[in-house]
Amino acid sequence: MKKLIILGAGTGGTMMANHFAKRLDLSDWSITVIDRDDEHYYQPGFLFIPFGFTTIEKITRKRSKFLPRGVEFIISEVERIDPADSAVILTDGRKLAYDFLIIATGARIEPSETPGLLDGWRDSIFDFYTPDGAVALAKRFKAFNGGTVAVHITEMPIKCPVAPLEFVFFADHCLGKRKMRDKAEIVFVTPLSAAFTKPVAARRLGALLEKRGIRTVTDFAVERVDASARKLLSYDGREVPYDLLVTVPTNMGDELIERSGMGDELRFIPTDPQTLRSKGYENVFVLGDATNLPSSKAGSVAHFQAELLVENVLRTIKNEPLAAEFDGHSNCFIETGGGQAILLDFNYEVEPLPGRFPFPVIGPLPLLKPSRLNHIGKLAFRWIYWNMLLKARRIPFIPAKMSKAGKKFPLQLES
Amino acid sequence: MPAKQIGNVTIDVDGDGFMTNPLQWTKDVAAALAREEGLAELTAAHWKVIEYLQKELKENGAVPTVRKINKSGIISTKELYEIFPGGPAKKAARIAGLAKPVGCV
Repeated sequence: MKKLIILGAGTGGTMMANHFAKRLDLSDWSITVIDRDDEHYYQPGFLFIPFGFTTIEKITRKRSKFLPRGVEFIISEVERIDPADSAVILTDGRKLAYDFLIIATGARIEPSETPGLLDGWRDSIFDFYTPDGAVALAKRFKAFNGGTVAVHITEMPIKCPVAPLEFVFFADHCLGKRKMRDKAEIVFVTPLSAAFTKPVAARRLGALLEKRGIRTVTDFAVERVDASARKLLSYDGREVPYDLLVTVPTNMGDELIERSGMGDELRFIPTDPQTLRSKGYENVFVLGDATNLPSSKAGSVAHFQAELLVENVLRTIKNEPLAAEFDGHSNCFIETGGGQAILLDFNYEVEPLPGRFPFPVIGPLPLLKPSRLNHIGKLAFRWIYWNMLLKARRIPFIPAKMSKAGKKFPLQLES
Repeated sequence: MPAKQIGNVTIDVDGDGFMTNPLQWTKDVAAALAREEGLAELTAAHWKVIEYLQKELKENGAVPTVRKINKSGIISTKELYEIFPGGPAKKAARIAGLAKPVGCV
């Protein structure tokens, strides 16, 4: 009996378990999935909680419900991976050998990386990247009665890099509805030089921020937070005062990766950008937020990776050369408030561009432009996530590799 | 590929002014690029960072991040921002003749 172990039963791990259960002969293969608990959160939903648009109960399911029959699910902390010995060691000392290992251990926030951040934690400083953080922020935001809301990114990369922008758009919309917008200043503080990393999207999103009266502070590399004076302080001596700080702390891979000596300085695993094989070990593959790749840390990316990764692992099993190549494809909806959203579709090479998606001209979804239809698309995506994506069912018309058709390239834009 | 004249040498650069041919890099080119970045003079501390970036790229195939430079122990992040004001990772990489660090989306 050959053994395949999947670490992590989040978006990436669950999809891989479903792909393999369909494609491997389970009389020859045992598939084991390991995670530390049985709570699967629909992570895009965290953004909606602080504004009362959804509740934590509505976005939580049991991990085990989404794993296929015939797959063993172990709930345990993992002490370490011993890749030289092809084994995973659980905290109770149990040693599980594998022929192939899939690492899908994700990324998490590490507020302790920024001096002073924990001083005001959940008092005047909040996050919305954890279930308890999002719930605590909902309570605080409801009681907010004016002042400066600073929405802040500590350092890149972060999960769902557009979520902080969505947060400011929602905050603007909600404070407006509460007739409090004139009593509140919203500041978007980013270590990047613009609202987004890529030029065309950065210009469009920057213009949108300006139109909504949101001040943007760029190139802000935070050195520390003075929680008692309520200020963010940068390495180059700038200060941003706040009454309520909504921060995205440093994102890092799981501690297990560090304990196993397999990560970089952010505990992300060096991974081949096309084949998704770990750079250190031939029988170890990585997907989703756990990789060190320059693709977005987002569920759509894990989904596109999973479709290609399953082919590569099957080829490796048959001793064939790896062929399926990941192109960095990412696809995400950006909520802009008021029932509208922007859609981005891009990869390693091609930045987010305007156009139509998934079909040229007819769309129906417009790219890089606020629209009601994109907002409906984002809401519908929750159903797609639980019912199609996790179960590794093909999503019609959305290929794993990005399509250039329907996109307007910068030269066309200028003419 | 745009080319750029520095003194009596020509270097190939990309659209953001980062060198594309490492063989064209010299200490004089570095000093000229530094002046463009607003640094009148490259001190021993600057050279330590530049040499570290070049060594890292050679050994690991990637320009190290600010976090990694800090962890290496050669300079603290605070001092790095002091000697390369603005964006230290980008500035130091450009002066060292390396490609623009890959930004994460």
